[in-house]
Parts: sequence; C-alpha cells; structure tokens
Amino acid sequence: MPEVRQQLKYTKEHEWVRPTDDTAVVGISDYAQEQLGDVVFVELPAGGTEVTQFETFGTIESVKAASDLYSPVSGTVVEVNAALKDRPELLNQSPYDEGWLVKVKLKDRRELDVLLSPTEYDTLIGSLE
Amino acid sequence: MTEPLIFELSSPTRTTNYIDDGDVPARDVADLLPADALREGLELPEVTEPELVRHFTRLSQFNYSVDTGFYPLGSCTMKYNPKVHEDVASLDGLARVHPLQPEATVQGALQLMFELQEYLAEISGLHAVSLQPAAGAHGELTGVLMARAYHRHRGEDQRRIVLVPDSAHGTNPATASMAGCRVVNVKSNARGGVDLDDLRALAGAETATLMLTIPNTLGLFDENILEISDIVHHAGALLYCDGANMNAMLGQVKLGDLGCDIMHLNLHKTFSTPHGGGGPGAGPVAAAAPLAPFLPRPLAASRSTTGTVAYYLDYDRPLSIGQVRSFYGNFGVMVRAYAYIRSLGPDGLRQVSENAVLNANYLMRRLKDVYDLPYDRGCMHEFVLSGRRQKAAGVRTLDIAKRLLDYGFHPPTIYFPLIVDEALMIEPTETETRDTLDSFARALIEIAKEVVDKPELVKTAPHSTPVGRLDEVTAARHPILRWSGASERRKG
Repeated sequence: MPEVRQQLKYTKEHEWVRPTDDTAVVGISDYAQEQLGDVVFVELPAGGTEVTQFETFGTIESVKAASDLYSPVSGTVVEVNAALKDRPELLNQSPYDEGWLVKVKLKDRRELDVLLSPTEYDTLIGSLE
Repeated sequence: MTEPLIFELSSPTRTTNYIDDGDVPARDVADLLPADALREGLELPEVTEPELVRHFTRLSQFNYSVDTGFYPLGSCTMKYNPKVHEDVASLDGLARVHPLQPEATVQGALQLMFELQEYLAEISGLHAVSLQPAAGAHGELTGVLMARAYHRHRGEDQRRIVLVPDSAHGTNPATASMAGCRVVNVKSNARGGVDLDDLRALAGAETATLMLTIPNTLGLFDENILEISDIVHHAGALLYCDGANMNAMLGQVKLGDLGCDIMHLNLHKTFSTPHGGGGPGAGPVAAAAPLAPFLPRPLAASRSTTGTVAYYLDYDRPLSIGQVRSFYGNFGVMVRAYAYIRSLGPDGLRQVSENAVLNANYLMRRLKDVYDLPYDRGCMHEFVLSGRRQKAAGVRTLDIAKRLLDYGFHPPTIYFPLIVDEALMIEPTETETRDTLDSFARALIEIAKEVVDKPELVKTAPHSTPVGRLDEVTAARHPILRWSGASERRKG
C-alpha cells in the first residue's frame, strides 16, 4: 500500500503540500510516483515564478507518460529542488523527503483549507485501486 | 546478433569512392571557408561500399513494419496502404509539377485538390475544407486558431478556454496551449463518455471550444453527442471534433450533421497515406459555413466561364487566419488520399468503417475474458483492455507488450489512455483478415497463461529479438547521444 504521510495536505491530482509559517513545500504522493513508474525527467518553474492553486506549474515525465503537475497553493516559487535535475529517481525513492519539488511563498493560507486531509486522501486512492 | 555501429566498422583509409577525380581543379577547403567554420578531427566512419550496404541492409531487416506484420498500435491506425497509390503519386504529371507554375499549366493538380476538398467536405458533413495543414496536430492548431479568430471577429476575444475531455488525444491539450488558450479538463462518466454535468459546469462565457475526440481514445462513440453539442453551443462556444479516428465512421455519420463546427482529418490514418517517417503527412481541416471564412488561404476553387471549368487558387479570403504551410500543403499526400477515395467510392468507404468496427469488436470479444475490459460495451475501431489482473500477479502491461514481440507481433499502445490502469489499447484496423486477428488473440491468451505459469519468462521478454529488454529508464535519465569510443574501436 502506498504511504499517505500525516501532517500533509493533498490534492485530488496527487500532489502534497507541507506548510510552514509563510512558505510551503510541494511534492507528489507515494501513490503518484507508484502510478507513474520510473520518473526520468521533471520540468519545474524557475525561482520567482507565480503559481496558482490547481493550475499547472510543471511537467513530470516517466517511462509511461508525461503528466502535468498541479500546484496545491498559490504564491511565488522561492526554491526549486535542484537535485532532481540529475537524479529524477529521487521522486520514486523518496517522494515525501528528498524528492520534494518546489518551495512556495504562500499568497493566501486559507487556500489550504480546501485541500484533502491525509484521511480524505487515503479514501480517495482507496477508491482508485 | 546485434549490429555494430557504422563507427565500429570503420578502419582508416577504407573508402566507397569509386568516382574519378573531376576535371575541375581541386581547391583546399581551408581556402574556401573562414577559419571558424573549419573543424579538425571529425571521426567520420571509413568503410567499403559492401560493408556500408550490408550494414544498412541488415539494420533495415531488423525493422518491423505493416508490410512485414500485424501492427495493432491503438490510436495510430496502422493499416495497410495499397501500393497502387505510390504508382499514382509518382506519375510525372503529378510528381513533377512546380508550386510556382502558372495555373493554366497545372489544371489537373488544382482539380485534384478542389475535388479532394469537396470529397472531404461531403464525408465530414461540413461546408469547406483546407488541405494545407501538414499533420493531424497541425490541423488541430489550425482549427483552434480559427475558433479564436471567429470569436475575436464577433467581439468575444475573452473566449480563450479550451475544454478537453480526459479521454481525448494527447495532442489536443498541447494544441490548445500552442494556440494561446488555457486548457481545462472535462471528466469522463462511467460509460467512458463525456460527463455532461461536468461539461455544463465548465462551459461558459470564456469557453472558446470543446475539443472532442470522437470516437474517443477508449474507442467509444459518445452517445450524448447531440446533448454535448447543445451544451457547448448554448454557452456560445464551438464544437471542435478531432476526426483522427474517422476510419470508424466513414460513410456512417457526418459529424457536421451532429453539430460539429470544425474538425480535422488525418489523411495518413483514415485515407491511407504514409505515416510518420514515411510521410510527410496531411491534416486537412473542415469547417461549418460560419467558420469557413476563417480557413487558411488559399483554397482551391473553380470558376465556370462559357461552359468550361477552370481551377484556381483563391487568395481573396479577407477573414482567413492566413497561410499555415508553405505553398498549398503536402500535395503528394493529397494525391494518395484522392486515389484512395476514388478507388473505393462511397460503398467502399462505408465498407472500410464497417470492417474497422467489426475487426475491433471481434478481437475485443475474443480477449475480454482473459484481460479486464473496464468499459464493456460495443466499441468502434479500437478498444482498451486493462492488465490489472496480470499486474496483481506481478506482471505488468509493459512485460506483456515485450513478450508479444517474441510471438512476432508489434505490441499495442500501452499505458494510454491514462484513465485506464495498465492500459492495452488495441486497434486492429480494417485491412486485417480473421486469420491474423485469431493468431494475435491466441498470442495474447497464451501470454496471459504464461503470466500465471511462467511469469519470469514474460518479465524478461523479449527473448527472440536482435536485442533483449532495453534499459529504458537509464536511457532516458542518462542518454548517451554521441559515439565516443575511438579507443574501443572493434579490432579486425
């Protein structure tokens, strides 16, 4: 069974977000990396890019397919996980830790309220299995 | 059994040059080019002519094509193309015309283009056709640009959202982005059609068009097409139909009658012209009367004076989005499509779609007990199985596809559409015999047994091809794009 980590918020498109004070780390779930298969390339926005909740901010390519990445929150990208450029496999090996995608300076913390809780997300992927 | 690279066959001073020195005095290249255009140490392969010919002939014999075997690659319509089209397309009068010849000297070519436009308009049930786009996705881009131009002309430039069902061709969202639009996905319902409630909620004052792949990538004809058309038009938007799968509908239904405003056709799929690397392609666009003024220009046209008909290129189209391809499109492809339509005629074209649908349904019934069929209803030209039962046994769809190579078949499309887990997307096409379909079905049924009895055999396939299982992951993550093995050159 794919891991659904506690203390995170999730989207229906299988991204997670870990909010701290005014920033949030964004990544894809264990279920997502399992469905994608071996990830071979990730295209992420440059630092300073504005992202909008539920809109695409990048692309992830596996041996199976190229998929859009949807931002769980709106804000400004303040940091990008540079390690993924040479080691996209981190997304498969460590989706919640080393395989994070971007850090975003939050525009509106209230957006977090519409995201799925770990329990809700677990129910969602259970229904997809 | 693998073939070495031509670089590995190389040995200094070997040559294929049998031609005498010319009578023009030789000049040193350094005298002719500036220093920064010169490069030292280029490692070009040096081989004899027999080595060269044998190398490339061997490579060509490793190739698999529809001329060597069954090619059920879903969504691609890899049907057999009659060879007579090649003869027709290479006739001097068609192959050797120049695009800048005076119109009076190319009346036959213009007549062919004009009539092909008329045939495609008749087949699609739409008003006018442009033959210019050079591929299916190019036709899509043309169509979406036309939709934008239409809305702009009506003072509705805010219509920039393109709705794309999740069962659409993957090119549709890419096209919409290229045309400067924003893509919004529409969900599928449980029967594999467009979710009407979702569509109703999404269609609005900013919607430019819905791009509907019909039949969709599940091989299903949307039963609610009339209602879909109503919802889209009620919102003031247009209905774009991706007609790439027209071989399922030829002569059965005209999409124009169902409310389609713009559609493209893939001549290389439906009308039997070469695919991909064997192209070039053509993706003509058909438009309903209100959209026709926005088609690319020129269109082939005819005028009748004193009883004689003359053909010409009509540039007098002020609302046109302009030219989307140099000159008039890929003429040689149009010749083949024209030959196909004329040789089959209306009855023959109807037979094409009947056979395409019959073949797909036959194969689907033969396989549905062995593999899961998530959308179990009559299909059109293709169907999508799921390998989830096999996945539960530890063997993935990728392994099944690789194992098919050992049985001598090209694998189907896999892992697409994305809405089916472990998808196997199978399109037999209309040109295959029942014997071929049966032997393909037997192979897939046999592999399903191997998944249970000999899973390792499947997971390590293929075993009988020139090279075995390739490491696609490392190839994609760390590609080596240039041979640099001078020191590793093969000896002797």
